Amino acid sequence: MLCLSSLQGDSHLKQLKMTIGEICSRVNGNLVIGKEKVSHEIEFAFASDLMSDVLTVKCDNLLLITGLANLQTIRTAEMSDAGCILIVRDKSVSDEMQKLASESGIPLITCCTTMFRAAGELYRAGLKPVF
Amino acid sequence: MAMSFEYKVEGGDFTHAGYASSQVKKMLKQLGVDNNIIKRVVVCLYEAEVNIVAHAWRGVILINLDSERINMKLTDEGPGIADISLAMQKGYSTASPQVREMGFGAGMGLPNISTNADRFEIASEPGVGTTLEISILLNSRAV
Repeated sequence: MLCLSSLQGDSHLKQLKMTIGEICSRVNGNLVIGKEKVSHEIEFAFASDLMSDVLTVKCDNLLLITGLANLQTIRTAEMSDAGCILIVRDKSVSDEMQKLASESGIPLITCCTTMFRAAGELYRAGLKPVF
Repeated sequence: MAMSFEYKVEGGDFTHAGYASSQVKKMLKQLGVDNNIIKRVVVCLYEAEVNIVAHAWRGVILINLDSERINMKLTDEGPGIADISLAMQKGYSTASPQVREMGFGAGMGLPNISTNADRFEIASEPGVGTTLEISILLNSRAV
């Protein structure tokens, strides 16, 4: 489904896709699950700790940036067809989360930065908002 | 092609919440259903499944599928909904703090189901339980 980056201030953004490896590098993150997908490309990102909000996004293959670290984070990403999950604020991911992410084929990155900083760095690097 | 599946859901069991939705998603992918339609189906089903876990004591999900549509009936035993029109309003929720900690309970679930479904009916009896009936055409255009 089409995602539109419609904010006037986004017009400077290039039509750029980032690989999961580049996303991981930008936030100094750790690719916990999905090393085989390090070259997979992502174009859009959505940041929220509220899974109900994530489920309203009609964009596929996006990066989900969240500080919520539980099994429903992975389930929500699975139902939303998210292409990758970035867990911020140095939250630990359980073995069960890693197992479910692996089974669902969703790469999982952790990083120590705040959500604001992670989103800012990735926006500056060219990842686009979904609206 | 006509298939039926049934899943049991336990209230409060957030460890397994979403299992039925995940199984249905895999099945629809195997059947080659359009990805946008699969997403609408599983978003509806997952929201409804989480609602049972979050609010009810237990529930049953019945899936009926043919070449034209998928019908999902979710029947729970639980406190029910006293005012359905209020529950359908975005932002209204009676979810517990524990449910909110899981990332839900923002009052988005039922409106989101309504947005994604081709047919959505809800009936409830306070103190007894709630039944949701959701249908999505498998060959329709995405919302």
